[in-house]
Amino acid sequence: MFSYYFTLALRSLKRNVVLTLLMIAAIGVGIGASMTTLTVFRAMAGDPIPEKSTQLFSVQIDNWGPSKKTVVTGDEEHLQPQISYPDAIGLMNAHAAPRQSAMYATGFALTPSNPQLLPFQVHARAAYTDVFRMFDVPFRFGGPWSSADDENRADVVVITRELNDKVFDGSNSVGKMLNLDNHDYRVVGVMDQWQPIPKFYDLNNDKYGKSEQLFLPFTRAIAGEMSSWGNNNCAGDIGAPGWQGRLHSECIWIQFWAELPTTADVDRYRRFLNNYASDQQRSGRFNWPAHTRIRDARQWLVYQHAILDEVRILVLVSFSFLFVCLLNAMGLMLAKILGRAGDIGVRRALGANRRAIFSQCLIEAGVIGFAGGLLGLALTALGLVGLRALLSEEVSRLTHFGLMDISIAILLAVFATILAGLYPTWRAAHVQPAWQLKAQ
Amino acid sequence: MLKMTHLSKAYRTEVVETYALRDFSIHVREGEFVAVTGPSGSGKTTFLTIAGLLEEFNGGEYQLDGANVRGLNDNQRSRLRNEKIGFIFQAFNLISDLNVQDNIDVPLRYRGFNGAERRRRIQESLERVGLSARSRHYPAELSGGQQQRVAIARALAGSPRLLLADEPTGNLDTQMARGVLDLLEELHRDGATIVMVTHDPELAIRAQREVHIVDGQVVDLTAQPRLVVGANAQL
Repeated sequence: MFSYYFTLALRSLKRNVVLTLLMIAAIGVGIGASMTTLTVFRAMAGDPIPEKSTQLFSVQIDNWGPSKKTVVTGDEEHLQPQISYPDAIGLMNAHAAPRQSAMYATGFALTPSNPQLLPFQVHARAAYTDVFRMFDVPFRFGGPWSSADDENRADVVVITRELNDKVFDGSNSVGKMLNLDNHDYRVVGVMDQWQPIPKFYDLNNDKYGKSEQLFLPFTRAIAGEMSSWGNNNCAGDIGAPGWQGRLHSECIWIQFWAELPTTADVDRYRRFLNNYASDQQRSGRFNWPAHTRIRDARQWLVYQHAILDEVRILVLVSFSFLFVCLLNAMGLMLAKILGRAGDIGVRRALGANRRAIFSQCLIEAGVIGFAGGLLGLALTALGLVGLRALLSEEVSRLTHFGLMDISIAILLAVFATILAGLYPTWRAAHVQPAWQLKAQ
Repeated sequence: MLKMTHLSKAYRTEVVETYALRDFSIHVREGEFVAVTGPSGSGKTTFLTIAGLLEEFNGGEYQLDGANVRGLNDNQRSRLRNEKIGFIFQAFNLISDLNVQDNIDVPLRYRGFNGAERRRRIQESLERVGLSARSRHYPAELSGGQQQRVAIARALAGSPRLLLADEPTGNLDTQMARGVLDLLEELHRDGATIVMVTHDPELAIRAQREVHIVDGQVVDLTAQPRLVVGANAQL
């Protein structure tokens, strides 16, 4: 009977074209508005590393004490989002996690060996070798540097596929040299496509931006006195002058991530961290009780407000708008169905039970929803263009509309319209055939 | 075929209760052609809608083809209506955006017949009413008489046990009315059981027996069946 009801739905829609177009427009506009914002919201709220987000933990240690203000808006725990160099080294040396890495953003001037290319600036990340396995970074050529390279402060780098394409024409560059700030570094690995969004491991700058173009050992960066290109906060106490002064200061500029695969690992690490902070208190560095926290990647995104409030509000507003559009569509459907009460009465007289009428009208609502969904897709495409003018460039980059989004739009339109059509359909199924036929 | 015993139907509002049928009894035997007559508001159409299972009743008993219909749910009533009853309405009640064959197809779809069976029945019923050539026409393209013939074809297509006709010639001119009535008589001669509601005594004469309703009650049930008037009788 589905094909029969489907044919009847098409005939019914052709019967009153204006009313049909109004319904489709109401649903299409609602779907367009909600899908536009939902597309951005989904990209921003998405899990950047779903297979491991519950195993990767960001580490926080309160090295400032309660007298200094926190730097995270709305953080009632007064915890800093980054840690100091002394704490980074203290944690690394403790080897309390199966995998761990301190890291920070830095950068270079890269001079290509190809004389036809001009020198250019590259963003880099200083980290430990564990970071590649922790973050499941895929490799096109070669692989991560070794732990020995970390210990030896080796002049090695891992570069992105994009940088490899630019500097080495996409060839296997493992073993080749890269000149950074007039110093040669050996390429040990070329990453394949890897772009976590948001850039969960460092949300301090350009959280929806591209990952760094190259990675090098943290120890090498420190030895080379490579300054931080990321967020630095000293809460008014910048320490002694010079690089060594910076390293020994309580300034926070380093991110620290640990991979803790099991809940036992998590509990153990939490105890370790607390003991570490207590040791700092005993040694006289902290004159306050241990105050530490670990958060997994998902919790970290929430804590760091990685989803913009304006997008949340936009999603709320647009779904409210969709609701209003559906109410309109419901009213139009009701008018259309009540206008056909005579036909429904005839069908009932000819043997249609309530379920048959209900199915027929619901399929008609589904067809309207599908058409509304198609219109909504077109309006979503327009909406995303408009959104790029409204939001920042980093958010605009997220506005991809893929097959999944198309499916969601169509399903949402059909489901929402069927939902809106339930009451008119219920009314149709309860048309009193005797009254309708008497009226005629 | 159709037996109502002490049946009552009341329409209630908060302040008043109006009986459309009261202590209403009728027995239509298989193969009969019965005319139900009475003045406007006497309860003729209410009787027809209850007989056609389109409306519930308050009291009494109603047996259709030997089955007691009291207490049947919507599914059961719809199935019974679809299988045993064919309706012919005064206003034809064809669905305007379906062509002739699709209109006749409607009850057959609900019956669950397959495509071949539906096509066969549509063809047969159209031949019966002499409209085979109009199967692709839409109701608006047909005369009133032709529309009523389509409605009769639709009623016949499911091979019902009982035909219920509500003023079947009420919207037709004399010539068209004669044609429709001739067709009903022909169906009756072929064995159909027909109950026809009309307020026109001239039409009632064409039936085998007449039941007169006043104020929701049968006041004159002709004891002896009349002879069927000849097929060529004039209105």
